[in-house]
Amino acid sequence: MTGSGTDRTPSERADVCVVGAGPAGALVAHRLARRGYDVVVLEAGERFDFEDRKERMERAIRPGRGPLSVWEMGGPRDAYSSEGEWFYPLNRARVKGVGGTTLHWQGMVMRLHESDFEAWPIEYGDLRPYYAEAEAALGVAGADDNPYAPPREEPFPMPAFSPSYSDSLFAEACERLGVTMHSVPNARNSEGYDDRSSCVGYGTCKPVCPSGAKYSADHHVEKAEEEGARVIDRAPVQRLEHDDAGERVTAAVYATPEGETHRQEAREFVLAAGGVEIPRLLLLSESPRYPDGLANSSGAVGRYFMDHLFAGVGGTVDRETRQNHVGFITSECHQFYDDPTRGTEGTDGGIPEWSGKGERDGEPRPDSIKLEFLNYAGPSPVEMALSGDQWGDDLLDTLREGYGNSIAMGGLVGQRPRKENRIALDRSTTDDHGNPVPELHWRVDDRTKASLRRANRIQRAILDELGADISWTVGPENTGPAFHHMGTTRMGTNPDESVVNPRLRTHDLRNLSIASSSVFRTGGALNPTLTIAALALKAAGHVEERL
Amino acid sequence: MELTRRDALAALAASGVAVGTAAVLDDDLADAFDGDASDASGGPSDSAPEERMATLLAIADVVYPSRLSGVEEFVRTYALGRVEDRESYREGMVQALSTLDDYARTWHDAEFRELDPETRESVLDQMGADTADPDPEGGDSARVRYYLVNELLYALYSSPTGGKLVGIENPQGHPGGTGSYQRGPRR
Ligand SMILES: Cc1cc2nc3c(=O)[nH]c(=O)nc-3n(C[C@H](O)[C@H](O)[C@H](O)COP(=O)(O)OP(=O)(O)OC[C@H]3O[C@@H](n4cnc5c(N)ncnc54)[C@H](O)[C@@H]3O)c2cc1C
Ligand code: SF4
Repeated sequence: MTGSGTDRTPSERADVCVVGAGPAGALVAHRLARRGYDVVVLEAGERFDFEDRKERMERAIRPGRGPLSVWEMGGPRDAYSSEGEWFYPLNRARVKGVGGTTLHWQGMVMRLHESDFEAWPIEYGDLRPYYAEAEAALGVAGADDNPYAPPREEPFPMPAFSPSYSDSLFAEACERLGVTMHSVPNARNSEGYDDRSSCVGYGTCKPVCPSGAKYSADHHVEKAEEEGARVIDRAPVQRLEHDDAGERVTAAVYATPEGETHRQEAREFVLAAGGVEIPRLLLLSESPRYPDGLANSSGAVGRYFMDHLFAGVGGTVDRETRQNHVGFITSECHQFYDDPTRGTEGTDGGIPEWSGKGERDGEPRPDSIKLEFLNYAGPSPVEMALSGDQWGDDLLDTLREGYGNSIAMGGLVGQRPRKENRIALDRSTTDDHGNPVPELHWRVDDRTKASLRRANRIQRAILDELGADISWTVGPENTGPAFHHMGTTRMGTNPDESVVNPRLRTHDLRNLSIASSSVFRTGGALNPTLTIAALALKAAGHVEERL
Repeated sequence: MELTRRDALAALAASGVAVGTAAVLDDDLADAFDGDASDASGGPSDSAPEERMATLLAIADVVYPSRLSGVEEFVRTYALGRVEDRESYREGMVQALSTLDDYARTWHDAEFRELDPETRESVLDQMGADTADPDPEGGDSARVRYYLVNELLYALYSSPTGGKLVGIENPQGHPGGTGSYQRGPRR
């Protein structure tokens, strides 16, 4: 399908042109194709063969080819520059291909809390039915045991994965401290679902699940094709063209591997190219009518870039902890999400309330924190064996010493939107088609650092209670992004300060919609993709109303 | 601990090889583990398939722990399955084997497989295969590390028996189900 024999000429008549075949684009395409519309999806990356996944897994486990080789990222196509105070490793944060970044993702999927929508022009209630639909589409294994989660009336499509042995060690400590543990909704089959197998425990979910038990969006691309959608791979969209009035997009101009350039016309256009490439494409589509970039009358395109930041603490205990059997987590804690400053009281002690007088006096009040109990703390034996400098009995001794007693917690905190964090164009560097590459300006501010510090405090208290010998901390000074690209075409009712309206349509152009975390006004501290999927389904509905 | 043919077949299945092919079942060495290193490298050492297998087993002797039995059958089954239908991989492996023999001949005037165990280990050490960063396109030590040493270590430590040596019966790379992560240690 991806060879040179593939027909990459545009469709003569298309109702909808979708740019990008990650979960957002795949869901939009599937929904609209199922309703009988002619849908064309243009995808920059290639169509990966499912049969090759075990080889990709091997690349992930074995050192030698580099982590980006698993999904063929990097090179001139994916060039970028990171100009901010903090370096942003963009190509570790995305995959280009049919299925998009979900080929690589971890697959934990939560609904945002009601409080997360405070600054949004829509409420949790508006998204609630779409959340349920998104959970059914992705196939989510979960349980109704999270007392802090927003209300839901339908059960999860699949039962949650049982807690791990490692969770049971945490449970004792958490009970003494009054910390609540609950299940994690996973886009991962705990039983056969939607013609995909149940999880078989390869333990390499991130970056590749060879069994297909972890959801990836190539699944909905196939379903969309079964409903008649056309998907053109290796067809990066270069720019969008509009009519004389500047009211409608007329065509998406895309390139092919054969060196040709085509125009795909359509009645409606949906951008689903992720939170970095969507603003880049709009900026690249500048015209006399839109000199600062298409749909950018507000000047907000590319601005307010946000990510979540990782906080973690780990070490060892004097018991076996049974890590690295599977590559996903089974327990987390949302207790400090809506109220990150709260204290707790357990059967024997508790987490002290945040007083503002921690390690830094006068630091800002922390924002939402999500805590995770990891099932993959410490090195996995096979990875240790392959990167060590020993063999034979010496190696085995080292492996036995290194594996067995690790334990760790992770977590996420969010950033508030800041105008100076942004995606711009680097006009001094071009990609393989001569287009300026994305230029990231990004830094971690003091409030985010305060949230990380608070998260570390709670994590340390729990690990101390477990009697762990703490050996590492990822916090304010050495944190890294969770690879959730939010905020760069934000939603709002006021066209002066936002890019899309609550119906996900751009204020400026009547037939241009955006399905992405780029429309998030704020990001909370939860992984975004279930919300992306819900918004994509909502956007598809509004597109249909106009067709 | 005993490595079995089943371990090898499981490791093969996990690496994407269609298990049960003729080559695996018949140990059809000539077909499955053939290759012509001398063509590509111009070197003199075009050893026969069975000799290549003997070299691989000699490396396994060094890099596998001593308390392991059943190594020969494991390596035979696994190695043959791995190179079958993967032309470029087989070539990389054959080339690395001949590189290793070049070193053995230069330093000790013999093929690697003919050396005594300590000398074998010293050859791998001295050429730097222990500290090299594995790289399929790298220099001699990097390729020997990637195609030979790490190939064998990957096969072992992603298999249940190799994992169990370390204390994990469902190691990464092995589809061992969703029961083991829930179970506590066996006392
Ligand atoms: C390591 C990692 C772990 C993650 N774990 C989680 C997790 O546990 N939970 C969670 O919720 N999220 C997670 N994410 C984030 C998640 O993967 C993304 O939120 C999600 O994939 C975004 O979906 P999308 O469809 O908007 O974009 P993407 O999945 O990125 O897809 C966009 C597609 O658009 C294509 N494209 C880009 N530009 C163009 C163009 N000009 N023309 C044509 N096509 C184009 C790209 O090639 C790509 O295929 C993780 C991400 C990473 C990197
Ligand atoms: S553990 Fe992860 S990689 Fe393995 S089958 Fe389950 S979901 Fe897939």
